[in-house]
Amino acid sequence: MKVRHHLLLLALFVIGLPSTGLALGLLEDVPLHGFFDLRGGMRTGSDPLQRQTSLLESRLQLALEHYGEQAVLQLRGDFLYDNVAEHRTPDLEEGEGTLDLREANLLFSPIPSADVKAGRQILTWGTGDLLFINDLFPKDWQSFFTGRDEEYLKAPSDALLVSLFPAFANIDLVYTPRFDSDRFLSGERLSFSGFSGTPIAVDKPDRWFEDHELNLRLSRNLAGYELAAYVYRGYWKSPTGFDPQRGTALFPRLNVYGASLRGELQGGIFNLEGGYYDSRHDRDGDDPLLPNSELRLLAGYERELAQELTGSLQVYLEQLREYAAYRRSVPDGQPVRDEYRKLLTLRLTKQLLSQRLTLSLFSYWSPSDEDYYLRPQLRYKWSDAWLLTCGGNLFGGEQAHTFFGQLEDNSNLYAGVRYSF
Amino acid sequence: MTKRWILPLTLFCLSLCAAPLAAAEPSADEIVAKANQAAYYAGADGKADVTMVISAADGGTRERRFTILRLNDGPRDQKFYVYFQTPADVRKMAFLVWKNADRDDDRWLWLPALNLKKRIAPGDKRTSFVGSDFFYEDVSGRGLEEDSHQLVETTADAYLIRNEPKDPGSVEFAYYLVWIDKTDFLPRKAEYYNPQGQLYRRVEALRVETVDGHPTVIESKASDLIAGTSTLNSFSNISYDIGLNKRIFSERFLRRPPREVTQ
Repeated sequence: MKVRHHLLLLALFVIGLPSTGLALGLLEDVPLHGFFDLRGGMRTGSDPLQRQTSLLESRLQLALEHYGEQAVLQLRGDFLYDNVAEHRTPDLEEGEGTLDLREANLLFSPIPSADVKAGRQILTWGTGDLLFINDLFPKDWQSFFTGRDEEYLKAPSDALLVSLFPAFANIDLVYTPRFDSDRFLSGERLSFSGFSGTPIAVDKPDRWFEDHELNLRLSRNLAGYELAAYVYRGYWKSPTGFDPQRGTALFPRLNVYGASLRGELQGGIFNLEGGYYDSRHDRDGDDPLLPNSELRLLAGYERELAQELTGSLQVYLEQLREYAAYRRSVPDGQPVRDEYRKLLTLRLTKQLLSQRLTLSLFSYWSPSDEDYYLRPQLRYKWSDAWLLTCGGNLFGGEQAHTFFGQLEDNSNLYAGVRYSF
Repeated sequence: MTKRWILPLTLFCLSLCAAPLAAAEPSADEIVAKANQAAYYAGADGKADVTMVISAADGGTRERRFTILRLNDGPRDQKFYVYFQTPADVRKMAFLVWKNADRDDDRWLWLPALNLKKRIAPGDKRTSFVGSDFFYEDVSGRGLEEDSHQLVETTADAYLIRNEPKDPGSVEFAYYLVWIDKTDFLPRKAEYYNPQGQLYRRVEALRVETVDGHPTVIESKASDLIAGTSTLNSFSNISYDIGLNKRIFSERFLRRPPREVTQ
């Protein structure tokens, strides 16, 4: 309660500042930027074990950077009052509590042909649009499914990024000394397949410099075609394994090898991406408690359909390897996955009123799982500083165990207001 | 109609209308080529800070500030780096364009909060640039071969060129008129007509000064005459031939903005 009052006071202070010319003048001298964001959301259905309120929070983001001769320092963090969360003590690793540190890093060039970025940072690569094959940096699915801004889908990594720029390609190497998992669905806030209300117990690899991750990308641009190859060595990002003795969910070991291509085609942009998920502890696929290896493929195309109207389509395929062994290992009565999971996504974005109003729809639809997830959104820029948002996260499916079908009870609508400074 | 025909035809018409002057008069294609060079290719590279004020029909204004870097990459290809300072919600975003003479431009948007280099579909370059009355094409230039050009009038200080699209389906205008200054060859005004013959859009150079030896537009305005909106661009801290390195126009310097835009 106290924290909320402080945040509200701070927010009012921040919003009140520009109202006087003097204050605005002062603010311009301080290189402090950010936003204040207030948003709330409700479930469209009901879940007996969850609150009807799916989102209720105020967030003050402050960003500070310093461009020195030798290095760039970036700091960006959110002070958060989250009414729905059960944990409010700050946990920087999990992003829980009153402080969510998004970035705290130093960027420098030890030699002219190399860049190093060390510290907390947001990392993204790959070509998919809200589909990720070779981007194995942490995601925050809770934020994504509850209606926070799309940027919160990317959770920060505590890592060292080394980039080299030889003539033949760009080389990016990311070393994460301690495994950064996704901010996955734990059952605490969003219910899924039988987990509702109480968080699942997980055993996360957390030893520094032992439970580490390595990401490598080689990329180059050939006459407008962007080619990349990727290697990942680490863990499944969400707890996909299970330890029956201790009754905890596990993050089994994972290697990923992949490639992508992006370029222009017929006035639009196409992308192709593939990755082989090598589940190192269940390569034979006969352990029912560990995930099998998978082959994941993606093809997408985006183009302008009319003035200020853009459409994009993606086709995604996930093949479970060693399917026969998997079938034999599934205990009787358990739901069985298909060998192929097919997914189509469609994005439509329309801009109106001199790009002040953006209407968008992103939809996932799986013909194999017979489930869907719709993300309609409206964004209205009332002024340069004020942004109004509303939207929904609507899940549904024929069966309760499929990826989006299991989330059906979490369908929600949300609205928010943001003041940027 | 191809350029091959326009040049002799224009010369023929000119010789009829103003026979004594015809020999001294440059052709329409020569004029637009010179104008394109003056407006978009001055120096080997260039830099400017831009303040953009977008006025709505009801008088409300929005403001964008950005720094633009440009590098000529060979005779016709160019690279652009646009780095946004305000408004706050687009701060630190960057827009990278590789302008290709022989194919569609490559365009990327850098989203700093996601550390994401997003590729933008080439699509329609005649859409609003960051919500203003300027189009993407006004910023990076329109391919000369996309229109046929005709010199319709020579005034005391300007050439008036009429431009018709070769592919009318690809653009919203039926034709546009451009007034090009006779001495510095900078376009001073462009007026766009829709297929109904109505004047609906105007782009003007309001102030021109010579910077580092290059005549330079330091204030320009685009008006949507139907919607009643307009956008005023003011350029400052302009410099040419500053020795921009080609590697600035890459992902490396999207992630780490060069000091040319941060200082």
